[in-house]
Amino acid sequence: MSLQPPDAAQRIWMLTQMLRIRTFEERVKRTFTDHPGVIRGHTHLADGAEASIVGALSHFRAGDAVLATYRCHGYPLTLGSDPGAMMAEIYGRADGLCKGLGGSMHLTDVRHGFLGTSGIVGAGIPHAAGAAWAAQIRRRGEVVFSFFGDGASKQGAFHETLNIASLWKLPVVFVMENNGYNVVTTTSQEDASAAAGEPLAVKARAHAMPGVTVDGTDPLAVHAVVGEAVERARAGRGPTLVESKVYRLSAHGNIIAPPGVPLHYPEHEAIAVFGKRAEYEAALRGDPVPRWRGVLVQNGMLTPAGADELTARVLEEMERAVSFALASPFPDTACALQYNYA
Amino acid sequence: MAQMPYIAAIDAGIHQEMRRDPAVLYFGQNLATTENHEFLAAYGADRVRVTPISETAEIGIAVGAAMAGLRPVVELYMAEFMLVAMDQVINEAPRMRYMSGGQVKVPLVLKAGYGFACGWAGQHTGSLAALFMGVPGLKVAVPATAADAKGLMATAIRDDNPVVFLHHYLLTLEQGEVPEGEYLVPFGKAEVRRRGSDVTLVATGWMVSRALAAAEQLAAEGIEAEVIDPRTVAPLDLETLLTSVDKTGRVVLVDQAPRHASVSALIAADIAEHRFKALRAPIVQVTAADTTVPYSEPLEAHVIPDTARIAAAVRQALR
Repeated sequence: MSLQPPDAAQRIWMLTQMLRIRTFEERVKRTFTDHPGVIRGHTHLADGAEASIVGALSHFRAGDAVLATYRCHGYPLTLGSDPGAMMAEIYGRADGLCKGLGGSMHLTDVRHGFLGTSGIVGAGIPHAAGAAWAAQIRRRGEVVFSFFGDGASKQGAFHETLNIASLWKLPVVFVMENNGYNVVTTTSQEDASAAAGEPLAVKARAHAMPGVTVDGTDPLAVHAVVGEAVERARAGRGPTLVESKVYRLSAHGNIIAPPGVPLHYPEHEAIAVFGKRAEYEAALRGDPVPRWRGVLVQNGMLTPAGADELTARVLEEMERAVSFALASPFPDTACALQYNYA
Repeated sequence: MAQMPYIAAIDAGIHQEMRRDPAVLYFGQNLATTENHEFLAAYGADRVRVTPISETAEIGIAVGAAMAGLRPVVELYMAEFMLVAMDQVINEAPRMRYMSGGQVKVPLVLKAGYGFACGWAGQHTGSLAALFMGVPGLKVAVPATAADAKGLMATAIRDDNPVVFLHHYLLTLEQGEVPEGEYLVPFGKAEVRRRGSDVTLVATGWMVSRALAAAEQLAAEGIEAEVIDPRTVAPLDLETLLTSVDKTGRVVLVDQAPRHASVSALIAADIAEHRFKALRAPIVQVTAADTTVPYSEPLEAHVIPDTARIAAAVRQALR
């Protein structure tokens, strides 16, 4: 295997991106209290999945593409999207990534390889295979990263797409972020593999492709597993299903309520619905972001002061993103009718 | 009468029928994940189950269970999630009875929220009633009040056909008087929400409240609008609408859907065909713009009918 472990600079890049995702989303969450009414509808956070996102996307090269779900803030941040434009989109402003038309659930940044998101569970998986077909025809060794949750693997679209992608040896890597819950349902309540004590990666076997389960809170482990899958895809040997085990540290999303009811983030379902506080607290202790910082400091790749400085820089960057978004005007109403057709 | 929110009234309708008929099932995503869930605790795991995110299987299983004698109610949450299972909704459930020459029946209810125009952007805000109302074999209920929510749900469950029960998400917490005890609202019977003789104003769901608000504004100008809520769009109570048109000669149709996918377009065609001579002015439609619903607040407000646009349309019809 030619895959090299990441060097010091890459490891620090990983921490930087993890901190940026965490801090950006903390500002999204805080907006509900700092600026009530500024965020509307539904937002979903990736806290707990940062190591998985960053470990996987550490293999992204120019020309590759990424497709994801409505839990979509982390990918474009890692790919280089402007956090100000992202926050402006989430605030529905004219300077938003999608001109205020999409909002939090539908971030798209084609310029940075972030081809699109869907708010419908599982719907983006075939889109990724389609993009992979385009890559296959171009023959430049490009791959497509398809991110989705454990819940999506019970959709027909998941199984139909994995079959075709394997049959056609499409250059796509399916990264299933298994966070243990689909909204308020635990995986073992709705997944036959999980209920039988099997990893969800076994679903790959039905579609004749490798299926690997990895600790999604460890960026190095994800880097290694996704790296192998990406190599395989770039070499024309077809797709891989990676089950990346993470723990969503926030609730599924902010509360769902009609206007007039202030939106906020409720407690995680483990506590609010199932009364499993110990499970949630254990997940918090395993929080991948401080853990990875600790690893880098312990290995001498970063001094505590250096890590603090990095954190401060990220805080400042996301503060600027919030200020930029708040200052951005609302789009002109004419924009509402502009993009139905090309 | 009991005071309760619209969403509780829907549950009351399901409870009423589940207590009465052991053939009624209730299942869907994120439903009954703990033992103390009110439906699971009351009716048990034979009849109340959580499903994975698998709309095609959920609705397809409902079709099969219905053909085998049960009465499933599928909790879909968002109307758009039915689109994942378009075949089962449009080309399976409503076809089976016909194709079998009347041998089987498919009594099921697809319960789905719609029209959540409060920042839910392009994929969770649709007003899809018109998509379903033209499918022979499907019935479509669109309750606008808590009482209708209970009564139409109960009727939907008792109906021997597949029913798309579309509850409006923006009405979720609206309080209303709801009859206690057994309560049914017939399908195909419109409700006149306000009497008037100058113009017939037709609206469903959340748009009923905006039409009524417009009617109040217009009353101050001496214009008396008759506001009619069809309550089910399939079957559609054309008779009540035509009777009103005979009186007023003027029609304004309000619909949260885009113009070319609206119930109002179909009602307009029916009224034009049957009452051309009674009309004293062209029919005016107040619909959403023909666009995907934008996320940003001022844009969303711009594309969806509001009270001012409805009132202006009435003035136009009276000109």
